Amino acid sequence: MADAHLALQEQFEEMPQQKEAATLGMWAFLATEVLFFGAMFMSYITYRTNYPHAFAEASHHTIVLFGTVNTAILLTSSFTMALAVNAARENNIKWLFRFLLITILLALAFLVVKGLEYSVDVKEHLWPGPHFKPELPPQAQIFWVLYWIMTGVHAVHVTVGVGLLSTMAWMTSRRKFSDAYYTPIEMSGLYWHFVDIIWIFLYPLLYLIQRYH
Amino acid sequence: MTTVSKKTYLFVWLALLGFLALTWGLAEINLGPFNNVAALAISISKMALVVLVFMHGRWEKSLTWIFIAAGAIWFLIMVDLTLSDYLTRGDVTGVRTTWKHAEKNPPTLMPGRGDQK
Amino acid sequence: MNTATETVEPLIEPRAVKNYLTEGRTLKSWLLTTDHKRIGVLYLISILFYFLVAAIAAALMRMELITPAGDMVTSETYNKLFTIHGTLMVWFFLIPSIPAVLGNFILPMMLGARDVAFPKLNLLSWYLFNIGGLLALYAVTFGGVDTGWTFYTPYSSTYSNSNVIMMAAGIFIAGFGTILTGLNFIVTTHKLRAPGLGWFRMPLFVWSMYSTSAIMILATPVLAMTLTLMGIERIWGVGVFDPKLGGDPILFQHLFWFYSHPAVYIMILPGMGVMSELITCFSRKPIFGYHFVAFSSVAIAVLGFLVWGHHMFTSGQSIYAGLVFSFLSYMVAVPSAIKVFNWTMTLHRGSISFATPMLYALGFVGLFTVGGLTGLFLAAVGLDVHVQDTYFVVAHFHYIMVGGMVTAFMGGLHYWWPKITGRMYPEKLGQLAALTMYLGFNLTFFPQFVLGYLGMPRRYHAYAPEFQIYNVMSSAGASILGVAYLLPLIYFLWSLKYGKKAPANPWKATGLEWQTTSPPPKHNFHETPIVDKPPYQYSAEETEAELLLNSNKETPYG
Repeated sequence: MADAHLALQEQFEEMPQQKEAATLGMWAFLATEVLFFGAMFMSYITYRTNYPHAFAEASHHTIVLFGTVNTAILLTSSFTMALAVNAARENNIKWLFRFLLITILLALAFLVVKGLEYSVDVKEHLWPGPHFKPELPPQAQIFWVLYWIMTGVHAVHVTVGVGLLSTMAWMTSRRKFSDAYYTPIEMSGLYWHFVDIIWIFLYPLLYLIQRYH
Repeated sequence: MTTVSKKTYLFVWLALLGFLALTWGLAEINLGPFNNVAALAISISKMALVVLVFMHGRWEKSLTWIFIAAGAIWFLIMVDLTLSDYLTRGDVTGVRTTWKHAEKNPPTLMPGRGDQK
Repeated sequence: MNTATETVEPLIEPRAVKNYLTEGRTLKSWLLTTDHKRIGVLYLISILFYFLVAAIAAALMRMELITPAGDMVTSETYNKLFTIHGTLMVWFFLIPSIPAVLGNFILPMMLGARDVAFPKLNLLSWYLFNIGGLLALYAVTFGGVDTGWTFYTPYSSTYSNSNVIMMAAGIFIAGFGTILTGLNFIVTTHKLRAPGLGWFRMPLFVWSMYSTSAIMILATPVLAMTLTLMGIERIWGVGVFDPKLGGDPILFQHLFWFYSHPAVYIMILPGMGVMSELITCFSRKPIFGYHFVAFSSVAIAVLGFLVWGHHMFTSGQSIYAGLVFSFLSYMVAVPSAIKVFNWTMTLHRGSISFATPMLYALGFVGLFTVGGLTGLFLAAVGLDVHVQDTYFVVAHFHYIMVGGMVTAFMGGLHYWWPKITGRMYPEKLGQLAALTMYLGFNLTFFPQFVLGYLGMPRRYHAYAPEFQIYNVMSSAGASILGVAYLLPLIYFLWSLKYGKKAPANPWKATGLEWQTTSPPPKHNFHETPIVDKPPYQYSAEETEAELLLNSNKETPYG
């Protein structure tokens, strides 16, 4: 049985104050993440503005099916994460654990799909460098550099998320949480939703440039 | 702690999947410049749903909203002022006064040069 | 509210009782501390070390520059020297200095709090800082870095043969230490204020630290990603800044300066915060225009993000963008000027005493003003074409960073030294060091304005012979400056053992940090203070009257 009273840290007077501090801290951290990814998005915006044709051509070689499936996976994982937090609020520890597990599995599915996609991309000579697909213009390499870096950094964040949620699942199994105290679950949820939001923007930018014929 | 029903979460999830289908579908149609607008608008809507409902943004205090907004606004500052450079190059003597379509007159990276690939 | 661990104090001198220094004397208790005061002290020791390395690099540079010929070191070595000097000074001394040392120590106390909001993250930030620092030192020691602290592509990403990645990794990691510090201060300020301490009753140091923290968390991530992008291009051989692919090296500069300009405000805003504390205390007057000073801190933080293109006027950026950035740069000078006016008006009709912290404060006001005004020279696009990348720029930023920031840091360190250590430093030596620093500083850097205007480029180890006289003056000044920095190092260490024991409030200052013992107990206050007054409730008239009555008595500061 989680003891909320013991969870109060000494610099705080009461639990609600501590929870509000944690929430503010997490949103502040997410703001830093927006700027962190933002620099990559800025690079993307710069070059798409300058080279719209090359970018469109380059993005036609992304695999829309993989991208769309992955987007659906992440959106669903956000759903299950929200349900996990909700279960904690309802003191339904069994379902908290289950929803955490499902979220983790969906995250792993995302990574598997991404990995498959990467292997196809490499086979298609879409790895920038001397062996890059010769029929594409040089500026297309910039698109693909950004593709690898942006999805790569995102995948790192997904992996960190898997680690974070696994830790939460483990702590749940050790009965650390209840409806009186589940702040770490909520904070992990905020992080996870943020990772989803980044992908919400990556998907159309990378996969859906001028897909009409 | 505000209560959000599981049904609300379900509806948001379905809406998100709906937006996903929409954004994919619209990409297959030639809407000219509105393709970009539509894609961006849909992404922003999805983000709004996640922030407001899944992340409980709707029920957060205004102080939290300042933090949420700060990230977005600062990113936009970066975009806006950087583009103020890239969209006004190739025109050494003065300010570009008309917006010309990027395809027909691509912004050059070297100021003063004419068109380049 | 009493904490459960506090014991009843016997009625003896406060220092004999347990304080944060005496509670736990093992190395482990220091290396695993979550006490914000100890973390502040740990930072102080760390930054001192990096400062020394960077100062040695500067000394070598100034030695080389005594003669016009490049005869002491090769140009490659010289490139490495100014890179070491720049990177270590910026990221491993200036950015942490006041925030991580004085901010960590004093901010929670000013708020009446027991600690920061996230003490473990605070400790983590110190470790990240030093891990980054070790990587930077490794890069510097084993081969060096020669790109300049600005890492411009394509030199950094393609052509340089030095330890760029290692240095970039060090800065990346240390940057996350900065982000954690900023995050901590922001949440602490919002959530851990004592009862009655509304926003407009807080000391202005807190306003400055809050604004600094906002910049820290919004700007630093962009630097992290920018260095990553540059590093990836270097490792991979292809990247987003590569002109061969249609990439634009100027994009690197946009991204880099988007962080690095606000970074200079990270460096100066805390110094301005210290100024408000020192000037009020040593003129025994409330601050003139509290709200204006508070809001100008916020204004500087916000406007500081809108001006980065003024570093790129001559880079190939569009002229239109240059004009926009120039205009915005003039705007950002306004809140700084407001602060200088308000400090000056605080001094007016105050009862001024020239204790060491005040000497530094007065020096700051003059030197920062010169630095700030020359910034306006640089913000004019036409004039910048002439002086960009010359010693004019070098002089400008040293006036702000050294004449401003380091001076403020010294002033704050002297002011709060009794609180931190429970000891007084020797006042006469302190005053001597302050004056020596002021003279040495001006001799070092004023000639550099002339040099730059006459056309001597920066980052050159050889120069035209007609510039020699100014370079000799500058190097002579640098040696005086070196002495001026060595003096406090010596007497501060001396004071730890032999300094006069400090009372709780040696300066008779207002502010919650002075309402507890020197040094403070581990949890800062025995009872949570309650605030019912505005800050800076000094009275110049009362002080004058008191001084008249007590003209034969000794004041705490000699």
